[in-house]
Amino acid sequence: MRKFKEFIIEKLILISGIASIFFVVLIFLFLLKEGLSVFNTVSPFNFLFGKSWYPISEPPQLGILPLILGSLLVTLGAAIISIPIGVGCAVYIAEVAPGKIKETLKAGIELLAAIPSVVLGFIGMVTLVPLVKNIFHLPTGLTALSGSIMLAFMAMPTIVSIAEDALYSVPKTYKEGALALGATHWQTIWRIMLPAASSGILAAIMLGIGRVIGETMAVMMITGNAAVIPNSILAPVRTLTATIAAEMGEAVVGSEHYFALFAVGIVLFVISFIVNVTADLFLHKKQ
Amino acid sequence: MFKKAVFILAIFMFAASALAGQSKNSIQIKGSDTMVNLGQAWAEKYMEKNPGDFVAVTGGGSGTGLSSLISGTCDIAMSSRNIKEKEISLANKKGINPNEIKVALDGLAVVVNPSNPVDKLTLDQLSGIFTGRITNWKELGGKDERIVVLSREVNSGTHVYFKEHVLRKNDPNSKEEFSPGALMLSSSQAIADEVAGNSSAIGYYGMGYISAKQKPVAIAKDEKSEYVEPIIENVLNNKYPISRPLLIYTNGAPQDLVKKFIDFALSKEGQDIVLATDFVPVSK
Repeated sequence: MRKFKEFIIEKLILISGIASIFFVVLIFLFLLKEGLSVFNTVSPFNFLFGKSWYPISEPPQLGILPLILGSLLVTLGAAIISIPIGVGCAVYIAEVAPGKIKETLKAGIELLAAIPSVVLGFIGMVTLVPLVKNIFHLPTGLTALSGSIMLAFMAMPTIVSIAEDALYSVPKTYKEGALALGATHWQTIWRIMLPAASSGILAAIMLGIGRVIGETMAVMMITGNAAVIPNSILAPVRTLTATIAAEMGEAVVGSEHYFALFAVGIVLFVISFIVNVTADLFLHKKQ
Repeated sequence: MFKKAVFILAIFMFAASALAGQSKNSIQIKGSDTMVNLGQAWAEKYMEKNPGDFVAVTGGGSGTGLSSLISGTCDIAMSSRNIKEKEISLANKKGINPNEIKVALDGLAVVVNPSNPVDKLTLDQLSGIFTGRITNWKELGGKDERIVVLSREVNSGTHVYFKEHVLRKNDPNSKEEFSPGALMLSSSQAIADEVAGNSSAIGYYGMGYISAKQKPVAIAKDEKSEYVEPIIENVLNNKYPISRPLLIYTNGAPQDLVKKFIDFALSKEGQDIVLATDFVPVSK
């Protein structure tokens, strides 16, 4: 009986372990099955590099280049803002801050991660959007920059907590050695700690970026959603995620539009897959 | 152990069936964002008069409502556009037979910021603005500012109606599209907010959303016609050029509770609610 129990539990755990991979594969297969049908009406080249997105016209124009560029622009902006602040914050928490401040900061960052994205989007809409409009004298504040700033807030908790872990896992002897050789605190951080933790920090950055690419609600609310190839970060953009979220409800099941949205999903999946694998590679390099 | 599991499962199934049984005197209404306030007002009054009946109203856009009707997840779909051929054939395939009922009329207001000196436009000019041929307010007698074009998302019946009747001027062969630079906002309220805060924005939505923070523009069919304000009388006597019927779709002829609700919506009392929510009653 005991052996039987053991057997059952072992198998249950095994199934739980396999389940997550199984689900990912199923989701990907479903995406492929639904998404690839769009290539009956539009060639892969015209889909990826077409410049007009008019999905409900007759005949529909399904070019997602403006959407891809929109997503990349917002992500790039968010990365430029969140990486220096995030890594700086991690260094401060791990190396400089005294005990009490450290605890407060950590709690604060966890709180930042807990804010739902729709709330951030809403706050951005009423505070950040008018601000961006007035500072840059733009016709509208619904721009890629507004989206980038808001998304930077979302990427920061991920970057800070993983980068901080990476800094902690640098062997203490490195630091002690550097200080013993007469290096200042700053020299130790800049020359020893950061290079030693670099692969973990890169992984943190990649995971943060992965979160930004997949984010939907906040960008949909504050980037203006105009499907035009952006010529600056102060122009409105439409991202891949916002397109799916805004249009899925309307798409008639089985229409070209419906398949096109699944194909957009495949593109998104591939992008975040690449980002995550890169992060993984960095993490493994560390070990 | 096994017996226990079966017992728990049985309880769950019983509970589920009890819950399902309860929903018999409820109606699910879904669809047009333009009509969601109206639907809500009807539902509240109706439930007040018929305690025990439950009516749930959600928005999402005309397309969303029609696709839920087709997939059988709502009883009534509200729509601010006519159902498409494609949707009818899809519905028939699933054994659903959409039945159209006209419940109200709506004037589509084109709004600008109150500080904008432009207060009248022709349909031609509107088409030019929204397709991106006219890009500066100067060309329309306003300030030297770039026009910020606001539109609803493609899941909106208002978007489709505006494209077909203003941009394409009812010409089925026309290929006009919204300018790619048009900002796509997800609700009428978002357009109202952006117009209220942006002196160079122009947007459109149902008359019900006009407030003191936006200025509706008077519209003429062409330069020789008279400019007409979007107010209820002008929609009723057919003077205002962009007005449309508001429709609801049911599966087959309405029956039981759905019929009771629709009869209420079309009654004198229901049509008074139409007027109170700034739409135009269907004249009888």
